[in-house]
Amino acid sequence: MSMCRQWVIGEVESPAGRVPRVATRWTWRDQWGAMAVRWGMGRTHYRVDPGLYAVGQPRVNSPLMATANYKLSFDHLRQALDGLDAWLLVLDTRGINVWCAAGKGTFGTEEVIQRMAVTNVARVVSHGTVILPQLAGPGVAAHEVRRRTGFRVVYGPVRAGDLPTFLRDGMRATHEMRHVQFTLGDRLAVVPVELVQRFMPALLIMLALFLAAGVGRHGYHLAQAQWPGIAAAVWVNFLAGIVLTPALLPWLPGRSFAIKGAVIGVMTGVGLWLFARYDGVEGIGVGLLSVAACSFLGLMFTGSTPYTSASGVRRELRWAVPLQVVTAVAGLFLWVVARWR
Amino acid sequence: MRMAYLKDVATLRLDRDACIGCGRCLEVCPHAVFELADRKSRIADRDACMECGACARNCPADALWVKNGVGCAIGMLNSALGRTNACCGEKQDCCCSEEAPRGAGQ
Repeated sequence: MSMCRQWVIGEVESPAGRVPRVATRWTWRDQWGAMAVRWGMGRTHYRVDPGLYAVGQPRVNSPLMATANYKLSFDHLRQALDGLDAWLLVLDTRGINVWCAAGKGTFGTEEVIQRMAVTNVARVVSHGTVILPQLAGPGVAAHEVRRRTGFRVVYGPVRAGDLPTFLRDGMRATHEMRHVQFTLGDRLAVVPVELVQRFMPALLIMLALFLAAGVGRHGYHLAQAQWPGIAAAVWVNFLAGIVLTPALLPWLPGRSFAIKGAVIGVMTGVGLWLFARYDGVEGIGVGLLSVAACSFLGLMFTGSTPYTSASGVRRELRWAVPLQVVTAVAGLFLWVVARWR
Repeated sequence: MRMAYLKDVATLRLDRDACIGCGRCLEVCPHAVFELADRKSRIADRDACMECGACARNCPADALWVKNGVGCAIGMLNSALGRTNACCGEKQDCCCSEEAPRGAGQ
């Protein structure tokens, strides 16, 4: 389950026994692992054993901070602590990152309290303070942890990279550090996994359209001549909906993801029309199919953003999915009917 | 980018009479929804609320309430179709094992 632990470099003594010490620099294995999970490979097994770890040469007055046992979360934390002395409490979040684990309750009050007891941190540090990542908030009730362990809970910054500044300033986070961001880099970081996860459905849709292309005025025949064009249209939409929508998100009109996606769909449809020179009815059909596909993909992107509420997505689903279905059916109908003219 | 999702959907409720002004909600909220006014919390930007539930979970005075959940269309469609293991279910083989951005930072 946990991989060979190259990132453990020795041990340190603590009042509660020996604690493994971890490296703060990534090796090529860590780099490779991070890249692999970004492409959706082996993510469910990318874990660190829960427990207490040391960074640098921590003492009883060194900060104690908790994190998830998703290795990428752990790796970002130890990397951020380069040059510092600290205790790391790795919780069992079943290999899920901090925010999602908190949302599901595995990074929760009980796990924090239990892991603190098992690792005997009350003997390891003397300051009685545990730093939790801010994004653990949905799962952990700080006042409950306080009541049951005596430890004061301080929420650290959202991003591990801000920890050195946070610690230097006496565990004070600036407004900026408390705020989740969604930069172009953040938005594109989730694209590879989306490409992998949407690949099979897109392939099946392409094959279905290959078959549908054979329906015509003179009965059914396999229309191989049309396949390259259909394939191009499907994959252009695939890339537009999965890459362009996230990339252009702040500049796309409206707040609804279905609408943002639909706008990309219109652009894609027009682009295809100009490029492929469809005749009128066929072009409208392809355009409607593009709008439906990209709008749906836009809606699918809500799960990868750090700001869409469940109530909002539920509302969008209610009106957008029926419209997307109607648009797709109309598009398919026009695309087929165009052959009778 | 300025992150504001749909207007007037967030279910967030604050009971200012119960609030003790500890400021914990300002600390945990990742979208700066709250501000302190007259030594009590106040909802300053409701539309920025993503219903993560951190504020309500950490309110020692039970002054906050939100119907929390994950704003993920795939998860909702899957659960509507009765598929719990595809996404945001037991297998959690979705965006949730990503680091960024749902799991940004630590």
